[in-house]
Amino acid sequence: MIASMAGALPTEFVMTQISYAAVLPMLLVFGGAMIGVLIEAFAPRRFRHEAQVTLTLLTLVAALVAIATSARDHQGITAAGAVVIDGPALIFQGVIVALAAVGVLAMAERFTADEADAFTQSGAAVPGSPREAAAVRLGATSTEVFPLTLFAVAGMMLFPASADLLVMFVALEVLSLPLYILSGLARRRRLLSQEASLKYFLLGAFSSAFFLFGAALIYGYAGSLELSDIATAVQNQSGMDGLLIPGVLLVVVGLLFKVGAAPFHAWTPDVYQGAPSPVTGFMAAGTKVAAFGALLRVLYVAFEGVRWDWMPILWGVAILTMVVGAVLSVTQTDMKRLLAYSSIAHAGFILVGVLALNQKGVSSTLFYLVAYGFMTIAAFAIVALVRSSGNEATHLSQWAGLGKRSPIVAGVFAFLLLAFTGIPLTSGFTAKFAVFAAAVAGGGTWLVIVGIICSGITAFVYIRIIVLMYFSEPAGDTMVMTPTVMSTLCISLGTLVTLWLGIIPSPLLDLASQSTLFLR
Amino acid sequence: MSHSYVPLLFFAGIGAAFAVFSVMIAPIAGPRHYNRAKLDAYECGINPTPQAEGGGKVPIKYYITAMLFIVFDIESVFLYPFAVAFDKMGLFALVEMVLFILTVFVAYAYVWRRGGLEWD
Amino acid sequence: MHTLITLASSEPAATSAATGVTSYAWLLLAFPLFGAALLLFGGRVLDKAGPMIAVLLSWAACVVGVLIAISMMGADPSDRSHTLHLFSWVPAGTFDVNASLLLDPLSITFVLLVTFVGSLIHVYSLGYMEGDSDKRRFFAYLNLFVAAMLTVVLSDNYLMLYAGWEGVGLASYLLIGFWYHKPAYASAGNKAFFANRVGDVGMSIAIMLMFVEFGRTDFAGVNAAASQASEGILTAIGLMLLLGACAKSAQFPLQSWLGDAMAGPTPVSALIHAATMVTAGVYLVVRSHVLFDLAPTAQLVVVIVGAVTLLYGAVVGCAKDDLKKALAASTMSQIGYMMLAAGLGPIGYAFAIFHLLTHGFFKAGMFLGAGSVMHAMDDQVNMRRFGGLATLMKITWVTFGLGWLAIMGVPPFAGFWSKDKIIEAAFVGEGWRPWVFGLAALIGAGITAFYMSRLFFMTFHGKRRWTDDQHPHEAPLSMTVPMIILAVGSAGLGLILGPTGIITSWLEPVVGSAEGGHEPVLSVPVLTVLTLLLVAAGIALAWWRYLRESVPVVAPVGSLATRAARRDLFQDDINEGLFMRPGIHLTRSLVFADNKGIDGGVGGLAAFVGGLSARARRVQNGFVRSYALTMLGGVVVILGALWVVQ
Repeated sequence: MIASMAGALPTEFVMTQISYAAVLPMLLVFGGAMIGVLIEAFAPRRFRHEAQVTLTLLTLVAALVAIATSARDHQGITAAGAVVIDGPALIFQGVIVALAAVGVLAMAERFTADEADAFTQSGAAVPGSPREAAAVRLGATSTEVFPLTLFAVAGMMLFPASADLLVMFVALEVLSLPLYILSGLARRRRLLSQEASLKYFLLGAFSSAFFLFGAALIYGYAGSLELSDIATAVQNQSGMDGLLIPGVLLVVVGLLFKVGAAPFHAWTPDVYQGAPSPVTGFMAAGTKVAAFGALLRVLYVAFEGVRWDWMPILWGVAILTMVVGAVLSVTQTDMKRLLAYSSIAHAGFILVGVLALNQKGVSSTLFYLVAYGFMTIAAFAIVALVRSSGNEATHLSQWAGLGKRSPIVAGVFAFLLLAFTGIPLTSGFTAKFAVFAAAVAGGGTWLVIVGIICSGITAFVYIRIIVLMYFSEPAGDTMVMTPTVMSTLCISLGTLVTLWLGIIPSPLLDLASQSTLFLR
Repeated sequence: MSHSYVPLLFFAGIGAAFAVFSVMIAPIAGPRHYNRAKLDAYECGINPTPQAEGGGKVPIKYYITAMLFIVFDIESVFLYPFAVAFDKMGLFALVEMVLFILTVFVAYAYVWRRGGLEWD
Repeated sequence: MHTLITLASSEPAATSAATGVTSYAWLLLAFPLFGAALLLFGGRVLDKAGPMIAVLLSWAACVVGVLIAISMMGADPSDRSHTLHLFSWVPAGTFDVNASLLLDPLSITFVLLVTFVGSLIHVYSLGYMEGDSDKRRFFAYLNLFVAAMLTVVLSDNYLMLYAGWEGVGLASYLLIGFWYHKPAYASAGNKAFFANRVGDVGMSIAIMLMFVEFGRTDFAGVNAAASQASEGILTAIGLMLLLGACAKSAQFPLQSWLGDAMAGPTPVSALIHAATMVTAGVYLVVRSHVLFDLAPTAQLVVVIVGAVTLLYGAVVGCAKDDLKKALAASTMSQIGYMMLAAGLGPIGYAFAIFHLLTHGFFKAGMFLGAGSVMHAMDDQVNMRRFGGLATLMKITWVTFGLGWLAIMGVPPFAGFWSKDKIIEAAFVGEGWRPWVFGLAALIGAGITAFYMSRLFFMTFHGKRRWTDDQHPHEAPLSMTVPMIILAVGSAGLGLILGPTGIITSWLEPVVGSAEGGHEPVLSVPVLTVLTLLLVAAGIALAWWRYLRESVPVVAPVGSLATRAARRDLFQDDINEGLFMRPGIHLTRSLVFADNKGIDGGVGGLAAFVGGLSARARRVQNGFVRSYALTMLGGVVVILGALWVVQ
């Protein structure tokens, strides 16, 4: 009995080699998050905010430097085929870290002494309960958001760099769980926020199940979860398409949920509305980048051999996403919901680029993600500034006449809206153009025509807001908070990148087109 | 090759039949006494949804205990294979494992400092 | 590096890199752009000096334009086309767009028109906007407009043209809504925007098609590749470009916004909605003439659009009592003439541009005159409340009168030389076309004479029908001088450029020769006489109705036709019924019938409260289960589709 068991064990134990230099950026972020948790545990309350903000920003900068130096020089598949550090992975990680740094600036906004940040004092208490009141009296703060953000960032970094469906699933959960919690931490309108958090969690769990089920089916087909093995198995058609194609589609569904593509978009408006605005900005930007990175990797590396089986379906999804996002955004009256539907429409446009299935598809998708990420973080940071009787003034009518009350904020927001629209000289235009051009080259002309019509519809929505801000009389008691250096930096960075990518997009386009080769 | 799945199919069939049978037989054979508790989501004896206006809150202590259990549970899951193969992996694995345990203890420290271990 | 521009009807002209003074063409864009940025971001310190800086920068651009034009005239006709590379804009692999300027006789003609008329209007605005507290913003927008318009006419590829196209749209939109505290004005800005969005979709589809078919979007490349493309594609591109042109130039069926756009300050109406921006559509068609020459169907549609619009505008112009709206209708009609000419092919291109040029002068002059009248009459625009102003405002009367004579085509004023040429060109051809289009142009000329005379007589002659307490007076010098200069242009420009053949030979390297050896179906003298007779009849009728008889202060109910024309021939009703209502219903039924959504979105606190409570209730219900069901449904549909496909 014992002998037989020993015989089942591998005779030689093989040590797994890990290229620490390649995964250093992720280790740094995880480590920073750990230290953040320790700060929460041991540092006195009055130092926590400063300490956390400093630590988080330093960690992100260090990670960015590590990506540009040590990881770039140690590309390859590492950790027993679990993680792949290649051109696309590096650039996606870099973008995620940069976006996170800008997003953290918005989260760190605390205004003046008597105004607190966007986060609740006590996330675990029932809204309106004595326990919450006690926490408020105590002056408690939820500085846990910073380590949580770092955990999410680490997950996001691993997501497009996973070379294995199981690792990808772990990354998916690592990035999602902190976001579920972050969504529920809004200071105002606690019930809405908690509801958003719960919805996000339930639906996220639902979609994870699809992903896992798909991965299991693929394992049944290929006998492996490693993307390169799957690709090989797909090449040697073994006649078990009944397992492969549903598996592919279920995995893709799990990823489409994360990017907010229709019909898996239903969570987006509710969660975007309920979550604290800075978190929404970070979530919208970071999750999209990470999930599209992962989507590109599975589609381009593992499933490319059966593209004709999934392409038509994804075309349908892209069209539906663009139409749903564009049409439904027309009747929105809440700024955050409107931006949520806009994010759905943008997801559709990005999908158009993904479906080009050529190198330009990768580079244009990447460019679009960078452009969209920066503008959306800045936009949500501005949403957090516009207040009415203490709450965020998210109803559109409360934005009426903002151009008169606060010309600079309204001007910047108008510029960002023009970028969402895709007016030339903003990054939005270059991004849309790059994506559509790639799609046309990849044979998706019809997709592009739908895309152009939808972007025409969304233009109506964005411009209506500009009209509202500039051509209406101010109503109500809407006011704009004076931002401290944190928000100011966040909004300026977002806006400058948007402008810069609109006027001189070539450096980023070059960088993106140099890093389009996925390592198999 | 396919015949090796036949027992599995057989087993699945028995399982499904048992489940269907149990569900069908219960309303036919069982006694019927309806009361409020029967209509609750979970028949576990405690009121599942405390009312916020009564000052009640979700008894979060249970969840914390459960989550702490998971923390150590996972730790031991990893410790077992490590212990089995320890002599083959050497110092490197020891360092890795210590790092892993420290990581888990970070979470533990947070719970402890935040009063998660105090029952009342 | 030489790139060949293939022309349908003339020798290929080479395009070379810019040298000498031409290489400073980037200043044309830099000056006004710098002005706009300076004034917008300069803050209140520039409140005083800002407008003057804007005026100077605009003139500086004009001087650069003139210098380039002079150097171009000195060059051999075959060497008048230059490109100036600025920077690589979108260098994405095989698809590569440069930001380059194209300087050829066509673009430089526009540069001169835009900078010269633009600068005059800058000067005029100094007087007109004297009392406005937000002058700085106004001048910033004016400079922005000039920069964007120059981008449109100077770019050497469709993509950059599109960027400028959006820019002029934005500037016009900002300027129409400049007095945004008046709601009607703001909604006028809206309307202009929506019409233009429709056009923009057309433009972008056209550019995408070019990219798909030719792989590039620069004029030279597209023109070179067009000869190999199938006619179907070229027709599609042409029609999509026409859609863009129609929106920008207020042509049928996207004309509805122009009348409402008159809500903006009058200098804006003069600059943007008469002289420059609205003619961008004509520029686009002429610039793309190689494509249109190869796609006869698209060309025919251009002609039809032009003919319909010229009659439409003329009819509407007869019924309007609002001075500026009547002028707007006339603008629409005159641009219809240009479109018509542009659709006629090589015989028409030069005259389209020629009429555009003269129209820029006389219409801008008349708008400035209208502004001067409004200035004097406390912003009154109802012509039934004018009358007898000739004696009190002599300069305005004379300058407006010259514009009036010019637009009617009375010899020897400008319109005679440019419009009559279009009428002649419209009569060239075979079959039914010359008769239909020629007659439309001919009848249009008669109606034009009628409504312009009506406008002129009602404003400057007859009894004084003013409201009480009005003391009309002549405008200050800063306003009258531009009017005088423009009036001189309206009087003399046609005579200088037309009969001498300067304009046709100047534009020949770009658009080809107008001398095709074709004769109109009626001989030229007959046509000239006919036109003049119709014009005389129009003036006589207007004299009979509006000078001999007294003009009632309150508009009479009028015949069915008059009422229809007053309502712009029901364009808004048609638009609403055909496009807006179905659109609204579609979106409403998609999101639960949330009535308060749309209305509340545009403002209204009451709607907000009601809407919020309804929304909050809905949100509190929290349909996670239905969300999950949607997702499951999506998966089932996807797998089902897969099953069906396989």
